[in-house]
Amino acid sequence: MKQKRRERIDRGIKVRSDDIFALTSYREFLYVSVPPVAPIILLLALPLILPLYWQKVLITTAVFAILALSWDFLVTVGMVSLGQALFFGVGAYLAGYFDLRFGLPIWTTIPLATLVGGLISAILLLPVLRLRGVYFSMVTLVLPLMFERTIEATGWLGGTEGLTGLKSFSNIWVECYLIVIVLLLVFFGFRRLVTTDYGLVLKAINNNDRAVMSGGINIYWMKAQALFITGSIGAFCGAFMTHVYMFVGMPVFALDYSILPLASAVVGGMGSFAGSLLGAFILVPLSEALRGIGGLRTVIYAISLVVFIVAIPEGIFHYVQRKYQQFERWATVDN
Amino acid sequence: MLEVTIIYGFINSIILALIALGFSLTFGISGVSNFAYGAMYIMAGYAVWIMINMLGLPFILAAILAVILTSLFGLALYRFVLLRVRGMVISEVIATFGVGLAILELFRYLGFTGFEYTLPVFTDGSVVIGDTYIDHQRLWIVGIGISLAIGLYLFTRYTKTGLAFRGIAQDEKTALSLGINSDRVAGLSVAFGSGLAAIAAILILPRGTISVNEGYDVLINAMAVCIIGGLGSTVGVIVASFMIGYAQMITDAFSGPHWKMIVSLVAILIILLVKPSGLFGKQKELEERI
Repeated sequence: MKQKRRERIDRGIKVRSDDIFALTSYREFLYVSVPPVAPIILLLALPLILPLYWQKVLITTAVFAILALSWDFLVTVGMVSLGQALFFGVGAYLAGYFDLRFGLPIWTTIPLATLVGGLISAILLLPVLRLRGVYFSMVTLVLPLMFERTIEATGWLGGTEGLTGLKSFSNIWVECYLIVIVLLLVFFGFRRLVTTDYGLVLKAINNNDRAVMSGGINIYWMKAQALFITGSIGAFCGAFMTHVYMFVGMPVFALDYSILPLASAVVGGMGSFAGSLLGAFILVPLSEALRGIGGLRTVIYAISLVVFIVAIPEGIFHYVQRKYQQFERWATVDN
Repeated sequence: MLEVTIIYGFINSIILALIALGFSLTFGISGVSNFAYGAMYIMAGYAVWIMINMLGLPFILAAILAVILTSLFGLALYRFVLLRVRGMVISEVIATFGVGLAILELFRYLGFTGFEYTLPVFTDGSVVIGDTYIDHQRLWIVGIGISLAIGLYLFTRYTKTGLAFRGIAQDEKTALSLGINSDRVAGLSVAFGSGLAAIAAILILPRGTISVNEGYDVLINAMAVCIIGGLGSTVGVIVASFMIGYAQMITDAFSGPHWKMIVSLVAILIILLVKPSGLFGKQKELEERI
């Protein structure tokens, strides 16, 4: 009996551009180089063409994109965080504290907050590293709330009022380009990192931790390093936003900073980093356009999160990638 | 002062146990994540409120309907969301958390906040023990809470369904080979857990107004109790509830109500550091530690 089935085949241009043709034919060369180069040019050009309001949106989008990238990185190592707000908030408060207490300049507070924030986040999460399963998610969900409550209860670090009167960047161009360049660095850095030996070990921890242990590698130390990397990047975002807003308060531990990066990564597609970037650049501007509906935004993120994780778990990026590299056709099969 | 702390600590502990029972049944005993638990708790509260104040149903009927509806919602959550991502822990957590978030934020958006959102107490009045006044609602909580805990203990040990609940968490493949339909049992477990959330909500919410934020607190408290008690242990739930319950009351008495929430959060971190599988957790001890 003859039956039909869809088959997926690599496009000719993809096969050719895997080979020496990529260097000899400009069509193949463009096929290979446009996907990585286009976002760089676009991101560097955007601040120039956008009006002031959308420049601000670009800054927020880039921050959420960086948070989504760091979330994706943690998932690569096998840790699912439900609280990127922890990393973000720790960095934000550290920058505010350094600024107010010691009067340090911006270019000192941000790097300091980045490093110290990463360290604090890693140490806080050390107890959970010895467990697999959902414990990591639970604790990361709990910690930002705990910080929020502690600050509310004790009135430390400005309590409910927050810290105000912080230094700001000299102008919006510095803000825009600083965050865009960091975004590109983080994005390509992570893409590079996971292909190195170091990244291979991290990925292996996700796939089979016992095998990595039996390979004589201390997985707790590796996981702690991964946490430090993620924590630092999240803390940088926080510190940066503190100086953009010239204010830091309890909202930095809000659920928004946890759920939006997560939703971005899931909608865009986990595991490739490009997906997280794409997801953030879809969701955040979208939410800005939907500003009128206010509180319903979180509902929309949550629903898109559920729909994507249940129905389209590969995410947008992998779909686009497949279309770019392969075509489908009906084939007849005998059986 | 001491007497008040002891009595109210006891009541607080029972409340915690009541909150944690449903979560423990789903997550601890059957190993199915339900991070929409807090949302279900709040949803049941609002459902009762809507049925009483907008549809004019009597309280008893509204309460029973709310429990049934929440259980059905749990079943639907399992059938349409969890079933499709079953076994992928990451997706289970994210999907159920997303559902919970959507529900809670939707209630916030619809404006379900304010002092008028209260549930009626079962019976009015209070009794005096020593010099301490206790209202009837708290007695109801203690009575029903203790009987539910005992009921759950017996249920997971002496009924076929209850044993199946534990079976699928211990070893799903073996459970399948013994004729347990693990998908159906897991679905039932989510439904039972949701029903327990609704019962807890109907009992506990009359003490104050229904607020969306409480949904997150409920989830955190339930998680804290389950982690500290150890997954899969009903005794653990009770012991952990009493530990956190009294710890909360003592911090409340000595350093103000704001610190109450922090107690359970700190307790989670300490227990994970000292004894990661919880006080009474056995079935997952080897599997979850690395």
